[in-house]
Amino acid sequence: MSRQAIQRLGFAVLTIVAVLVVAPIFLVVAVVVFRGLQGISWEFLTAMPRDGMKAGGIFPAIVGTLLLTSGTALVAVPMGLGGAIYLSEYAHDNWLTRAVRLALVNLAGIPSIVYGLFGLGLFVLFLRLGTSVVAGSLTLAMMTIPVIISTAEEALRAVPTEFRTVNLSLGGSRWQGIRRIVLPQALPGITTGIILGLLRAAGETAPILFTVAAFYMPQLPRSPLDQTMALPYHLYVISTQVPNMPGTIQYGTALVLLALVLSMNILASVIRTYFRRRRQW
Amino acid sequence: MGKNKPAASRADRAVEALLRVAGLSTIGMVVLIFVFLLQQGLPVFFRVPLRDFLGTRWYPTEGYYGALPLILGSLLVTVVAVVVAVPLGICTAVFVRELAPGWVRELLKPAIEVLAGIPSVVLGFLGMTVIAPWVRTTLGAPTGLTALTGAVILAYMALPTIISVAEDALDAVPKSLRDASLAMGATRWQTIWKVTVPAARSGIVTAIMLGMGRAIGETMAVMMVTGNAARMPLTADSLFRPVRTITATIAAEMGEVANGSTHYQALFALGILLFLVTFLINLTAASAIFAKRRQGGLR
Repeated sequence: MSRQAIQRLGFAVLTIVAVLVVAPIFLVVAVVVFRGLQGISWEFLTAMPRDGMKAGGIFPAIVGTLLLTSGTALVAVPMGLGGAIYLSEYAHDNWLTRAVRLALVNLAGIPSIVYGLFGLGLFVLFLRLGTSVVAGSLTLAMMTIPVIISTAEEALRAVPTEFRTVNLSLGGSRWQGIRRIVLPQALPGITTGIILGLLRAAGETAPILFTVAAFYMPQLPRSPLDQTMALPYHLYVISTQVPNMPGTIQYGTALVLLALVLSMNILASVIRTYFRRRRQW
Repeated sequence: MGKNKPAASRADRAVEALLRVAGLSTIGMVVLIFVFLLQQGLPVFFRVPLRDFLGTRWYPTEGYYGALPLILGSLLVTVVAVVVAVPLGICTAVFVRELAPGWVRELLKPAIEVLAGIPSVVLGFLGMTVIAPWVRTTLGAPTGLTALTGAVILAYMALPTIISVAEDALDAVPKSLRDASLAMGATRWQTIWKVTVPAARSGIVTAIMLGMGRAIGETMAVMMVTGNAARMPLTADSLFRPVRTITATIAAEMGEVANGSTHYQALFALGILLFLVTFLINLTAASAIFAKRRQGGLR
């Protein structure tokens, strides 16, 4: 076979592989959307579950996930942003900084179920927060912080060094430069990173299994120390723990969760492309 | 940044101190997690000798804490997933970086990002309702919830990581290398496999390691589709039978155990094992990145 024929054959194989990899993604989204739409109604989105979750809506699960995600943001955004600014603007290249980077790589790799174990041990039992929105948010925040630090640091580093030197040469302090110049310039990249980190937290099940999630709770949490239902855990429960569950409710719940996560995904890419076009450096 | 800063005001120094705390807290978090797991999990070895913990029966209700079936279960599912995902992932990365016209790349990259964002519980749910019945009818397995089903789902979950890291590695290969190869008369196909991919080797190894770490730690999807039978996966047909992983065991059992009991400690001991394994995998992956950075090869 000639070299050109080999190349043609090889390229054809690569194309087929890429199609095989990507097609199921569209298929997954399509299946969930088409089957899920049959289960979606105004009642489904705004009513409490009834009859052992086999009827009614998933309102408390939606609210629970929004609460948990906000709670996570409250802790993870300041910590993550602070860590990113430190690494990009202040840290010297020494052993301590290398240790921080190593810690970041490893935090990002710890399995979510191990975060769940840790959250149970520290927040629920040791700090006596009980299974609660607070304990769950703190656990999710632990796994979101490294994501935000990595992406926000990358965004900060992309801002040209000249911006900082010009600020210093005009007599601005380092913090003034960061607050007035570097941060605003890096904001789109940082926002994208924050959204991607929170998106992951919103869809996670394993870390909230033992730290917040209520199996069946047809009411909203009344305080941050209350349990709550949450979308990912609810989908797990109704697809494995309850026999004879109507498929419309299962697919409807999957669709609401997927829509929430995908809309955050799309928001992140819109911010990224929009500001990349407008950037002047 | 140089050290020629103007006299910093008190507020500036306070801000810097706060930021440093946020940055260094990451080290604190890793240490805290590890110490906490050790403190909760290690006492199990006073009650269950290490030899029994490595036994072949996991029946906590009857006092058997042999974790070997779980360890082998995780290993089986992860290895098969990696074997499936690595060739697919590398080929897709090569396609996206070296072959695809601009508009195709603009379509594929967001699609792969979408896959990375799909919650594992949704993939597990689809695995149960779509893939498992298919496995049952096609392979004639008594149940569709098998190690193979889990491995296929895990392979898909590891793909976005493998593709994006491998693609970055290919992207970092200088254009001059490709140009030199093409100028010597090599075809694009030869250039890809003899020049570009070998030059991106360390990044591709990182991609594989990170994908493996992702697969071994995945919990929900695996728990939902593997059938969760704690049996030793040693026979030839194990791939087509239910299996149980370390992660699924922790997730399924932790909710029901009494705080501080032997069972509770044994599950934390499994957590220590997971932590150590992923720590090693990520350390290997990271050292490839750091080594490359020191040589100045990466950008």
